[in-house]
Amino acid sequence: MSAVVGRPVPEGVRGRSRWAAPPRPVWEEEPAKAGLAAKGLVLGIACFAVLFPLWIVIVTSLSPKKVIDDTGGLVVIPKGITFVAYQELLGGGQVQRAALVSIGVTLVGTLFSMTVSVLCAYGLSRRDSLGHRWILMTLLATMFFGAGLIPTYLLVQALGLTDTYLALILPSAVSVFNILVLRGFFMGISPELVDSARIDGAGDWRILWRIVLPLSRAVLAVITLFYAVGYWSAWFNASIYLTDQKMMPLQNVMIQLVQKQERPVGLSAQINTGQLSPLAVQMAVMVLALLPVAVLSPFVQKHFRKGMLTGAVKG
Amino acid sequence: MTSTVPRGSAGTKRKPVASGGATGRRERARGLGLRTRFRRDRTLILMTLPVVLLLLVFNYVPILGNVVAFQDYDPYLSDNGFIAVFQSPWVGLEQFERVVQDAGFWHAVRNTFVLFLLQLVLFFPIPVALALLINSVVRPRVRAVAQAIMYLPHFFSWVLVVTVFQQVFGGAGVLAQALREHGHPGFDIMTDPAVFKYLVTAEMVWKDAGWGIIVFLAALAAVPHDLYEAAAMDGAGRWRRMWHITLPALRPVIALLLVLRVGDALTVGFEQFLLQRQAVGPDASEVLDTYVWWNGIRNQDFSYAAAAGLIKGVVGLSLVLVANKAAHLMGEQGVYKK
Repeated sequence: MSAVVGRPVPEGVRGRSRWAAPPRPVWEEEPAKAGLAAKGLVLGIACFAVLFPLWIVIVTSLSPKKVIDDTGGLVVIPKGITFVAYQELLGGGQVQRAALVSIGVTLVGTLFSMTVSVLCAYGLSRRDSLGHRWILMTLLATMFFGAGLIPTYLLVQALGLTDTYLALILPSAVSVFNILVLRGFFMGISPELVDSARIDGAGDWRILWRIVLPLSRAVLAVITLFYAVGYWSAWFNASIYLTDQKMMPLQNVMIQLVQKQERPVGLSAQINTGQLSPLAVQMAVMVLALLPVAVLSPFVQKHFRKGMLTGAVKG
Repeated sequence: MTSTVPRGSAGTKRKPVASGGATGRRERARGLGLRTRFRRDRTLILMTLPVVLLLLVFNYVPILGNVVAFQDYDPYLSDNGFIAVFQSPWVGLEQFERVVQDAGFWHAVRNTFVLFLLQLVLFFPIPVALALLINSVVRPRVRAVAQAIMYLPHFFSWVLVVTVFQQVFGGAGVLAQALREHGHPGFDIMTDPAVFKYLVTAEMVWKDAGWGIIVFLAALAAVPHDLYEAAAMDGAGRWRRMWHITLPALRPVIALLLVLRVGDALTVGFEQFLLQRQAVGPDASEVLDTYVWWNGIRNQDFSYAAAAGLIKGVVGLSLVLVANKAAHLMGEQGVYKK
């Protein structure tokens, strides 16, 4: 499969602007003006639908209280910028702690998930190895049926994980889909390369570390992003396994602040005296929650397709 | 676009080479004794151990935990909820009888199916259409930017998505506020049970329609270009080429995703519904998953909720099997082979 996204770009195009259209094949008709316009319109609407809500959230979080009060709610057109809301949130207190919890859980969880997943994917990547079919079946079966919410909840409780950060990591640490993607990729690495390394005396650990991993940077980036986003976005496990409000990650605090319209602990003074708009604080929390994801995903984006393809279900 | 991936690495099956290739080794492996093979592969087996253990503990052991559905489970019989399972009295199918006699359960079932059908009709075709659209865009930079923007919401949490919708369409949201400024009474879609099912479908479209195009784009990129050229030589226009070449190329992918979707029909969006349950009330938003959550985790009626969950699991699994069978009958490959 070609690595180029969609249509192959002829060599001569390289020199021209990357926004310019590559030359059409001779057999393809020139598109009608109306068709082009309609196409652009639909694409424009789709992109606008994604960007507009994010825009108003960001703008409102940066707006001074007066502007927010004047518009009576969310701000669409920015008039003046202030970072008060962020200063308040990150100057200690509930939201800052929640953000740190989220960052910690995401870092530790992603590292743990990646380690076990890469090891498992490599362990299953050799077609002739002993027992790999059985282990694979064990993994695949979990994709078709889950144990259900109640027994899982009882188990986590029985293991004594309630009110520990492990409850946010261990129960959902493994994604079989991600392992299959990694495994598919590892299996595609030239067997001759691996064999020659083995002849040179390299063991499996060294082959994994020195040959397989360096060749798999693209897919590793994608899977790391998948895991990290999973941990960053998770709120359900925290909501059922944690009772201590101080341990809550950012998403759960966001539910309390924005959805249930509660005031952040320790901030009510500023809000009550009218220096700070509660709406700006809420929007700032949302920006904190979306920022890492929105910043990171475009970098990994070009690898998505390859990653998803290799992972397409196969035994 | 440069990449560090070796040529032909993307899942291509390599032809076996006489000595070093996969098949060659497997033939030799048959001749080896079990002990020799174990000695040779023990590192590989060791590497899979952490994941296998995690899955055994968190995915397989809880399956056994479903026995509480056949009990009158009382977590307070012991300090440890696990030990309490052994001390709880057996009641046979009593919990299941309670479930099927409960109108609330059937209400949740109906909501689940209505939402599933709605998603199938209003959500499923959109990624296909978007992928066809993106694929027809010639300029590489425009494609890349549009894709980057459309992928973005997939990585947002449901909390964020629901909140964003609340801010735009809610009673205090931008739209209602703009209407009020122009003398209109305004509205609040977020708390209106009547439109709830369309609202959640719209949220789903916003979050994942862009992401859904990836797999279709990949299928489209795999269509050989000489097919189009040949068709054009034979006088097929733009639309005929789409109908006779592009769409048939998407057929297997569409069938596969449809099977997966039908198999997952009873799971229509747990987090999303849980987050909005309070705002619209359980009447409109109760689906099977939230029903289990409410009765089990919230009301602590574990046995009852486990029974409801077990019914859901069994029906869900049979849906996968039926859907896959249907795919085979239609001549597609489906999720797994026959």
